[in-house]
Amino acid sequence: MYAFDFVRPATLDEAVAALGGEEAQALGGGQTLIPALKQRLAAPATLVSLTGLPELRGVCAADDGTLCVGGATTHAVVAAEAAAHYPALAALAGNIGDPAVRNRGTIGGSVANNDPSACYPAAALGSGATIRTNTRDIAADDYFQGMFTTALEPGEIITEIRFPVPEKAAYVKFEQPASRFALVGVFVAKYADGVRVAVTGASEEGVFRWTEAEAALSSDFGAGAVSGLSVEADMMIGDLHGSPEYRAHLVKVLTGRAVIAAG
Amino acid sequence: MPKDHGIGASSKRREDVRFLTGRGRYTDDINLPGQAHACFVRSQVAHGRLNGVNTADAAAMPGVIRIFTAADFEGVGGLPCGWQVTDRHGAPMQEPGHPVLATGKVRHVGDPIALVVAETYDQARDAAEAVVVDIEELEPVLDMKAALADGAPKVHDDLTSNLCYDWGFVEENREAVNKAFEAAHHVTTLDLVNQRLIPNAMEPRVAIGDYNFATDDSTLYTTSQNPHVIRLLMGAFVLGIPEHKLRVVAPDVGGGFGSKIFHYAEEAAVTFAARQLRRPVKWTCTRSESFITDAQGRDHVTKIELALDAEGHFQALRTETYANMGAYLSTFAPSIPTWLHGTLMAGNYKTPLIYVNVKAVFTNTVPVDAYRGAGRPEATFQLERVIDKAAREIGMDPVELRRKNFITQFPYATPVAVEYDTGDYNATMDKLLEIADVAGFEARLAESKARGKLRGLGVNCYIEACGIAPSHLVGQLGARAGLYESATVRVNATGGLVVMTGSHSHGQGHETTFAQVVADMIGLPENMVEIVHGDTANTPMGMGTYGSRSLAVGGSAMVKATNKIIAKARKIAAHLMEASPDDIELKDGRFTVAGTDKSVAWGDVTLAAYVPHNYPLEDLEPGLEETAFYDPNNFTYPAGAYACEVEVDPETGRVTVERFAAADDFGNVVNPMIVDGQVHGGIAQGIGQALLESAAYDEYGQLLTGSYMDYAMPRADDVPFYTVDHSCQTPCTHNPLGVKGCGEAGAIGSPPAVVNAVVDALQRAGHTGVTHIDMPLTPSRVWAAMQG
Ligand SMILES: Cc1cc2nc3c(=O)[nH]c(=O)nc-3n(C[C@H](O)[C@H](O)[C@H](O)COP(=O)(O)OP(=O)(O)OC[C@H]3O[C@@H](n4cnc5c(N)ncnc54)[C@H](O)[C@@H]3O)c2cc1C
Repeated sequence: MYAFDFVRPATLDEAVAALGGEEAQALGGGQTLIPALKQRLAAPATLVSLTGLPELRGVCAADDGTLCVGGATTHAVVAAEAAAHYPALAALAGNIGDPAVRNRGTIGGSVANNDPSACYPAAALGSGATIRTNTRDIAADDYFQGMFTTALEPGEIITEIRFPVPEKAAYVKFEQPASRFALVGVFVAKYADGVRVAVTGASEEGVFRWTEAEAALSSDFGAGAVSGLSVEADMMIGDLHGSPEYRAHLVKVLTGRAVIAAG
Repeated sequence: MPKDHGIGASSKRREDVRFLTGRGRYTDDINLPGQAHACFVRSQVAHGRLNGVNTADAAAMPGVIRIFTAADFEGVGGLPCGWQVTDRHGAPMQEPGHPVLATGKVRHVGDPIALVVAETYDQARDAAEAVVVDIEELEPVLDMKAALADGAPKVHDDLTSNLCYDWGFVEENREAVNKAFEAAHHVTTLDLVNQRLIPNAMEPRVAIGDYNFATDDSTLYTTSQNPHVIRLLMGAFVLGIPEHKLRVVAPDVGGGFGSKIFHYAEEAAVTFAARQLRRPVKWTCTRSESFITDAQGRDHVTKIELALDAEGHFQALRTETYANMGAYLSTFAPSIPTWLHGTLMAGNYKTPLIYVNVKAVFTNTVPVDAYRGAGRPEATFQLERVIDKAAREIGMDPVELRRKNFITQFPYATPVAVEYDTGDYNATMDKLLEIADVAGFEARLAESKARGKLRGLGVNCYIEACGIAPSHLVGQLGARAGLYESATVRVNATGGLVVMTGSHSHGQGHETTFAQVVADMIGLPENMVEIVHGDTANTPMGMGTYGSRSLAVGGSAMVKATNKIIAKARKIAAHLMEASPDDIELKDGRFTVAGTDKSVAWGDVTLAAYVPHNYPLEDLEPGLEETAFYDPNNFTYPAGAYACEVEVDPETGRVTVERFAAADDFGNVVNPMIVDGQVHGGIAQGIGQALLESAAYDEYGQLLTGSYMDYAMPRADDVPFYTVDHSCQTPCTHNPLGVKGCGEAGAIGSPPAVVNAVVDALQRAGHTGVTHIDMPLTPSRVWAAMQG
């Protein structure tokens, strides 16, 4: 690690101000950022911890049926507190990393980082969630812009993620054997007005919606609906852990399994 | 009735109290007054000409004490190689220099270029980043076969090629083997890769050099499996420090698996720097650094052929292997694909003719050396895979084919130079089939099928040569060391014993097992025996721990020394009771005059030895302390049979190990619980190799699997509950305990069981074209195999 200053503001305004400073960077649970710092791959001048902001923490159900998760809420808290409202989301959170990661890592950090193999982006995109920041609301469809790329402006803070709660949903993750991130993960959610299918881990362009499957499932919500479809391997990631063809194949298999799991 | 103490008892591991309560004392826990910290500048490219190292800016940075480059090491020797292999034409292997710091060229990512010493580690690291290295990149040599092609770039410019040696074994058999193949009824051929592994001991390496200029004494604290070997190699060959002025301490060591046998550049560098600076210099390896500096394992590319007659009798075996040495010869590297591999190619079978060819190759990768099993897993894997393939080709049950070819008469001289003293391969196979419930397989298969899963059963045997090793023999084979072991047994006045061993425990539980042996011999409670190891200042010269040798060789030295103690104690007891030593019996720690009720306690005798008021001083020296060295006259040959059952998800190719059984013959067993643990750990490593682990380099020679994000280690949920058994015991005939060694068996025997099982599952599901899949059997590879 290189030396840096550390601040832990108590209000959002202070946090925004601190992030306006030279080379300041937000710190959520540090599960992505701290390893990068240890490897000397990043050198922020100031780390602004978001974990001291009460308004960024916790899970609550809004009157309109939306589940609101504070941007600095840990995976463990989501796993426990979202279970009654949005079981698929809670199950996803409960299967991220290991207990240490779940008790430190935050939803805001995950969604801000937008790792192409991370789980939360699939839930946010698959639920048509809204990413709320200190300045605006961003629809998930506009927010995720490719591997490690999002609509966030420098210094912008994710304060909350608002998930419309679906009738049925499930996330099926096929683990990369070493990291146990998603080699491919598929989030399927059925709403009154249609089905959303979001895929993580697979594409060179980051999390994406499999619109063909959405159309097929919207008219017939059963695993059979996707069995005739196929996914192009073109834009899929190819690495040590799986070829593009393998990932394309998994997208289809896991979508079918997610539909079954959603019930 | 299981014993509750002594030999044969599952005594609890006494060392675990300190390990589990955080009271272990590892090298990194040692901090010496005035200690400075080291950080190495390492090559970031695989191959390049080192045109210059500019340390000017870095040297001026805060806290920097001194920056060493290769120029500072000019008078210092290179790292020695401990084994010379002679090629099949009688010429010695090509042996390149191995400077402490890269000189002229860098040869792998991670090759050390400069050593920065500063007041703190962070200062050293900051300065290391500021060292400017001028490297002209060269085309890296990575693929072994390409490395041997004409015109390939050379890793070492002063060698004639990238070939270290072309070894034939037994060279005289070459023609006869070829003839047998021409005449064979059936030949089964298999091409396979035994992939490169990264050892990943839980504790990364650490080295602290210390120097007392007033006495001219140097001390190296290091994470080593064999402190005496390091003292000899570093003192005599690298730094020129006589052994009486050099102490090497290897305190608690958090796992080695072979990777901590070798003498590494960092050890010599910090010892040298400490002498120059007259300050202790500490280096702690980061995890990322261990991925690119700890010697790696395996990395063989092999073609194996098995010739059979019409009844399935093995007629001949022929192998051709390319073995990766990496960029330099690590301490024992040349011996691994040769003497620890070729000599095992007979396996458990009476194949009359065997020829093994090994081409060892230099590449721009991290050096490769012994890793748990070392050569024997590579031998076992190819042999047990080709037998499985042959069984399928000739339509015979794989267990039946193995039984048909088992060696059943002992001693048995193989055509590959070793003589198995004992064994009963049918007994371990029978036991295996029972504990694995092979009879119930069909029912489990049906049950898996009902859940949409494929199921397969893999069975194989293994044999290994351990208890390494007879010095006279290994000397003929090119070892530049003896491989005896030593023990000093010191009895204190009040009867407690301290046993100082030259072997080293880094997870094996020696402090428990060795105490059981010595306590049992005298008939004392185990807690009266303390085991001391890991410090050249207070243990006799010994060769350390690897090759499943510690009990078979080190334990034998201990038995010899303890017998000397008992013989002397008997004389003292005889004197005290005015009887003849021949009439003295020792039982449960008491000396009795046979046929009488006269007796003295152990403590009376030991006290007399040190307070010799009533003592036969004319015939006997006072004191009670004996040292013994033991040099084995053969290897030991643990053997067994393993069975694995897997499920394969036909849609994703994901393999799960559902059942695993191991029936091992380790000869006599001192502590069954510790032996279980050794087998469990070995199997976990073997499953890791079979399904998960692989060191992969890209086309530039960068390690793709340089962290746990990409290098998959086995975790608890990757392995099933094992069924292990070691009740089949054919005691070793040539060591006093009748023990064979159990440290590596699990890692040797398990990879073929897993792969055999997966191939079986796929075959049963109609994928008849799938005869082999290279390890690791990742979901994507298994899926690709099913796609044809
Ligand atoms: C061993 C291990 C296993 C893991 N396994 C998984 C897994 O299976 N699936 C998975 O999805 N993830 C996994 N992760 C990643 C984990 O979920 C991280 O917690 C997450 O990706 C980042 O969250 P964080 O709070 O730790 O963010 P940090 O590391 O603190 O920050 C990450 C980035 O987000 C920014 N940031 C943080 N919070 C905010 C915010 N509120 N607004 C704007 N920007 C912000 C930071 O500036 C930084 O750029 C794993 C991590 C580890 C270490």
